[in-house]
Amino acid sequence: MSAVIDSHAATGHDHHHGPAKGLSRWLLTTNHKDIGSMYLWFSFAMFLLGGSMAMVIRAELFQPGLQIVQPEFFNQMTTMHGLIMVFGAVMPAFVGLANWMIPLMIGAPDMALPRMNNFSFWLLPAAFGLLVSTLFMEGGGPNFGWTFYAPLSTTYAPESVTFFILAVHLMGISSIMGAINVVATILNLRAPGMTLMKMPLFVWTWLITGFLLIAVMPVLAGVVTMMLMDIHFGTSFFSAAGGGDPVLFQHVFWFFGHPEVYIMILPAFGAVSAIIPAFSRKPLFGYTSMVYATAAIAFLSFIVWAHHMFTVGIPLTGELFFMYATMLIAVPTGVKVFNWVSTMWQGSMTFEAPMLFSVAFVILFTIGGFSGLMLAIAPADFQYHDTYFVVAHFHYVLVPGAIFGIFASAYYWLPKWTGHMYDETLAKLHFWMSFVGMNLAFFPMHFVGLAGMPRRIPDYNMMFANFNMVSSIGAFMFGVTQLLFLFIVIKCILGGRPASAKPWDGAEGLEWSVPSPAPYHTFSTPPDMTDEHEHRAGPSHG
Amino acid sequence: MSTNIVQVRRMAESISTARLVRYLLLLVVLMFGFGFALVPLYEVMCQAFGINGKTAGAYGGAQVVDEARSVRVQFLSTNAAGMVWRFEPMSDEMEVHPGASMEMLFIAHNPTDQPMSAQAVPSVAPARAAAYFHKTECFCFTQQVLQPGETIEMPVRFIVDRDLPKDVHHLTLAYTLFDITARTPPAELAGR
Repeated sequence: MSAVIDSHAATGHDHHHGPAKGLSRWLLTTNHKDIGSMYLWFSFAMFLLGGSMAMVIRAELFQPGLQIVQPEFFNQMTTMHGLIMVFGAVMPAFVGLANWMIPLMIGAPDMALPRMNNFSFWLLPAAFGLLVSTLFMEGGGPNFGWTFYAPLSTTYAPESVTFFILAVHLMGISSIMGAINVVATILNLRAPGMTLMKMPLFVWTWLITGFLLIAVMPVLAGVVTMMLMDIHFGTSFFSAAGGGDPVLFQHVFWFFGHPEVYIMILPAFGAVSAIIPAFSRKPLFGYTSMVYATAAIAFLSFIVWAHHMFTVGIPLTGELFFMYATMLIAVPTGVKVFNWVSTMWQGSMTFEAPMLFSVAFVILFTIGGFSGLMLAIAPADFQYHDTYFVVAHFHYVLVPGAIFGIFASAYYWLPKWTGHMYDETLAKLHFWMSFVGMNLAFFPMHFVGLAGMPRRIPDYNMMFANFNMVSSIGAFMFGVTQLLFLFIVIKCILGGRPASAKPWDGAEGLEWSVPSPAPYHTFSTPPDMTDEHEHRAGPSHG
Repeated sequence: MSTNIVQVRRMAESISTARLVRYLLLLVVLMFGFGFALVPLYEVMCQAFGINGKTAGAYGGAQVVDEARSVRVQFLSTNAAGMVWRFEPMSDEMEVHPGASMEMLFIAHNPTDQPMSAQAVPSVAPARAAAYFHKTECFCFTQQVLQPGETIEMPVRFIVDRDLPKDVHHLTLAYTLFDITARTPPAELAGR
């Protein structure tokens, strides 16, 4: 497989071949760094697209009453915002980080399956082109919420639903291939002497995420296939008239959907576990417990899905089981938060942008975790279900969780990618604007949710007006700030203070042993890790 | 340069990579199958636990009527979206002694000038009592065909289990009637 790289007869200097020239470099590349960059740019484009849909939503909700868009279009906006952010922004961003960093972190020359890597990326523009095109079709795009519950997505769906199904299939195939690639790379291409317990936590969390993806993306493919068959081939998986059951849809969907939320957060756990020790100038506290906690979260994610469905009518024993199983997840998650805080404890901390985003991650993700615990309480969930409280909860775990994790990673590794330091002042401005905007946008949603404002509704009662206006102002602030991030990244690519091989004095890992910017080919000769110590719990590791 | 060593090592890697990828692809196929396996699994679970208002199978208990106890059974009829038939029970409710075999008639009328076929889907509430509700005969076991203007009486026979939890005094049997003319044309059903 690696022969593919060697056959790139291109201009080059002593040891490394350079990239091919022109457009074909990007179309045909099998280089993990090129593909990683494409994933990251694609995900940022989707982040802006999904974000502009959020701006439409918040503009309509700025005041009660209907001002800007019709309810039909509003539904398409909430649906597409969710789908694009989950499948187009967060997941590809982490695959991009995996492509760039995992080979560098484990001392591998490239990913294990470079050509499949290229294919899994190029499926994504096709998938999202197809998905977004439905907005311009007669009858409009998907309007049934990102969870596409049957029969809204079957019997009552717009005609374009078939395109949506095909798009989901393409994204699923892309994710599965990406996950197989990551798992094969981690298990087979580690440098000699790099045992599993010497791997950086980002690699560990991605290994576990890879298995989660391989386990649940096929189930998602199955559920959309059943929808396709119900719509076009006369089956009745989800139609009561033919002996099926719409509730079955929710079970199958959430069997995929709950592990999916950990797919979106585990790699962020890994990145933050690299960044906090670097800027605390201390080794990570409790490496081993971090690995086991990640594995425990992944296992538990498979047995809690029905907590999304407390109100559909499941027996009392079922509600109790899913309630307690869900609360159990707080234990390994608490271990992680404890370890991050202990890593910072008595460290000589500095607060560059990656650290700011990581510290905010720990605090705000914990808030999202607590509202999750509230939702896990089955009898209370009957009140919270389908209100803005749920919206507040999952935005608190996804925005300052997944997305702040991605921002932290981007700032942390930008010097390695570009060879330049980013503008620290602007990056801090980006952080504070994002932090304030995000809290303004999502914190009031807890209050309106507890007071009973339903989600996915374009209009609302007068009594929610003030909090919604605050939310909208915060959302606009957060949205505009992301253009600043684009500016910072472009500025960093074009120039800036040259970065040394290891620009962060407290950072650890093989990726800092190669020059900045990382050469096109790295670790053609694997480094020898035999003499490195395995990670041990506690601060003894040096 | 240790190029040879690297190449040999890479070849060894790609062999084990191929095997690993085969295992992972097998896992993908298995999980795709598991998604579909959830369909019958869900049916089994619903039957076993009486979830989702699915009623229990044939009555296995002794046919001893518990005269001392009386349970009120209510009947509901609902038309699914787009269904135009008149569909209602002869009576809204009846008092039932557990263990006794009872019958209720539902009336269906097709007011259109087209033959139509329909399927009724039952549900029992509260869900935890569903496992104690046995239907020995029900119009929902088959599809109905009505000619233009035709009216029929459709029986449901049932037994409420003597083991029904003591705190349940009240059961609801609800039917939703679906128009399945497009899916199953009346001519097809009449031929059976």
